[in-house]
Amino acid sequence: MLSKIKAFWRGVRHLSGDDAYERYLRHHAAHHQADIALSKAAFFKQWQDDKWDGIKRCC
Amino acid sequence: MNNLLKNAVWILIAALGAAAVGGIALHRGESINALWFVTAALCVYAIAYRFYAAWIAATVLAVDETRATPAERLDNGRDFVPTNKWIVFGHHFAAIAGPGPLVGPTLAAQFGYLPGTLWILFGAVLGGCVQDMVTLFLSTRRDAKSLGQMARDELGVLGGTAALIGTFAIMIILIAVLGLVVVNAMKHSPWATATVTATIPIAMIVGLYMRSFRPGQVLEASALGVILLLLSVAGGGWIDDNETMRVWFDQEGLTLAWWVMAYGFAAAIMPVWLLLAPRDYLSTYIKLGTISLLAVAIILLQPTVKMPALTQFIDGTGPIFGGKLFPFMFITIACGAISGFHALIASGTTPKLLSNERDIPMIGYGSMMLESFVAMMAMIAATVLDPGVFFAINSPAGVVGKEAVDAVAMISAWGFPVTVEQMQLLANQMGEATLFARTGGAPSLAVGMASIFGSAFGESMLALWYHFAIMFEAIFILTTLDAGTRVGRFMLQDMLGNIWPKMGETSWTPSVVLTSALVVAAWGYFLYIGVIDPNGGVNILWPLFGIANQMLAAIALSVATGILVKSGKLKYAWVTALPLAWLVTITSAAAWEKITSDNVRIGFFAAANDLAAKLAAGVLPPEKAAIAPHLIFNLHLDGWLTLFFVALLWLIVLDMLRVCSRYLTGKPVLALSESPHSPSRLVEDWARD
Repeated sequence: MLSKIKAFWRGVRHLSGDDAYERYLRHHAAHHQADIALSKAAFFKQWQDDKWDGIKRCC
Repeated sequence: MNNLLKNAVWILIAALGAAAVGGIALHRGESINALWFVTAALCVYAIAYRFYAAWIAATVLAVDETRATPAERLDNGRDFVPTNKWIVFGHHFAAIAGPGPLVGPTLAAQFGYLPGTLWILFGAVLGGCVQDMVTLFLSTRRDAKSLGQMARDELGVLGGTAALIGTFAIMIILIAVLGLVVVNAMKHSPWATATVTATIPIAMIVGLYMRSFRPGQVLEASALGVILLLLSVAGGGWIDDNETMRVWFDQEGLTLAWWVMAYGFAAAIMPVWLLLAPRDYLSTYIKLGTISLLAVAIILLQPTVKMPALTQFIDGTGPIFGGKLFPFMFITIACGAISGFHALIASGTTPKLLSNERDIPMIGYGSMMLESFVAMMAMIAATVLDPGVFFAINSPAGVVGKEAVDAVAMISAWGFPVTVEQMQLLANQMGEATLFARTGGAPSLAVGMASIFGSAFGESMLALWYHFAIMFEAIFILTTLDAGTRVGRFMLQDMLGNIWPKMGETSWTPSVVLTSALVVAAWGYFLYIGVIDPNGGVNILWPLFGIANQMLAAIALSVATGILVKSGKLKYAWVTALPLAWLVTITSAAAWEKITSDNVRIGFFAAANDLAAKLAAGVLPPEKAAIAPHLIFNLHLDGWLTLFFVALLWLIVLDMLRVCSRYLTGKPVLALSESPHSPSRLVEDWARD
């Protein structure tokens, strides 16, 4: 039961983008170790601006 | 044995579904329980998903779970990211679910509950879900290309250009009609206006919180925002009670229309993080929360549907909008049954997250089923009202008369008894001055939702529930309005960039200001006309929106049919060709009537001529004579726009047929643009994170 609640909470965080920076850090560690990772604030700016480039909402 | 049990369960579901649909269709009594609608919907969806969607995925599309998706191949950790299927489902559903499926069924309820319900169910499982799923599949096989790009690659320049123009046009009309819905909900309602206004600073607080105060703490900021929104609903009531403050928010429709335009312009030029992004978060939570709450309330309460199965208005004399059941019901309910706009989300955006092709039915077909279910709930909320009340709220003053006494007399004479006292009591309960002629669908949906919520969770708070429902509708209508204006701005910058490259720079301030102003002016014009129109405006704009949206769906289905034929799957092409043929039929029939009908309530040109004749004869009262030239011009414009949409539609369909016939007779056609197969390296049960 507890693990299900935890999984649900992880889903909520993922869906909302609450954990986007953690996911970025993981991706960064796996693929781009040579570069310096962005700070949380800088990453969030970039992530938010990317997200709103294009059609995202419908009727 | 296990198999036998499974088959038995499916036979049971089929029997239950058939009984529920049959029950709804054949019932001719006083009232019917809403639970029948829910049962019918769930059974139809289950059967369609288990058999039809699975068959299309396996046989027609041949989804290949061993094939790497664009998200895997092009993974860049930013926009292309293989993502858990439930998360993709959430993003996709949040993106496709807008106010359309709430407004359309409410308006179409004037025909009775039956036609709309059947179209929402069967239109979705045979049309809308198929369109969304097939488009998602095709875009996934083409590096997540957009619909316009696919149309260009597979059919030719014509298809691509048509998709671009169609998207732009639909955006303008959609924003105008949604703006009108919000304006009508706020007109002379200080409570609603104050609450809706408060959502703007609240969104900004949330934006600042997650950008500067606690960067990236999305959930914290959203929780704060949702609490503030709920407080704003109560706060609106407090302002409504305050003699000095209530006059600030007690405004004419036209003033509110200017406010909405100013807001749209400000939102389009402001940085996204300040207003658009936080508002979108809030609207998504409120939307998902409210829709789930409504589903729970309907199941708990099992309200009784009081609207008859069919009303006399199927003959075309309906007060909410003129025109017969065929084709106008199919144009009115667009988004809940089939919506071309979804094809824009299903191509380009969602495929960039899809980790495996086998999830395509669940995400493409499944999300649309859920959207259709939302439309079903809107239909229930509209039809649980007393029909007399429903018509009193939704009939424009231009049809039933300005005075309450005249309106109730006329509506009662139609066979839907209602009294002035009843309407006044209801308005008092909802905390509104009046509920007569509150067109646009939002107030009647809010009354329906408030009565359902009120009965399920406490009668005493009806006014709060009503304004909560208005806030719920307004917040995501305004989200669509800002997001749409912004997308329109980008498209316009892109188009103008072809002429003068500097204009194409999305961050060059003069270009931003100019293109935003142009887009706002375009939808602002239709909004303005809608507000001054004594018949409520929605009756003109909504069909235009429906025609435009169905036209976009026809583009998506043409692309899909063309590709199926070019892939040598002619014998399965009916899967998309049949919904396409139906859409072409209803869109053309509706456009034909809108253009040629002599009935002034249907034909644009007939209405324009009638008004011009009255103006020339001097029989119009002075206030109507003053606006008549605007209305006449607008009716002509709407007529020409309809003609343009339907011409575009036929061009695309004929172009697709040309490509297909060339292919079938062995002549050269544009090659399939599918990306080559590369094996997936993501393991079978990939990260359930």
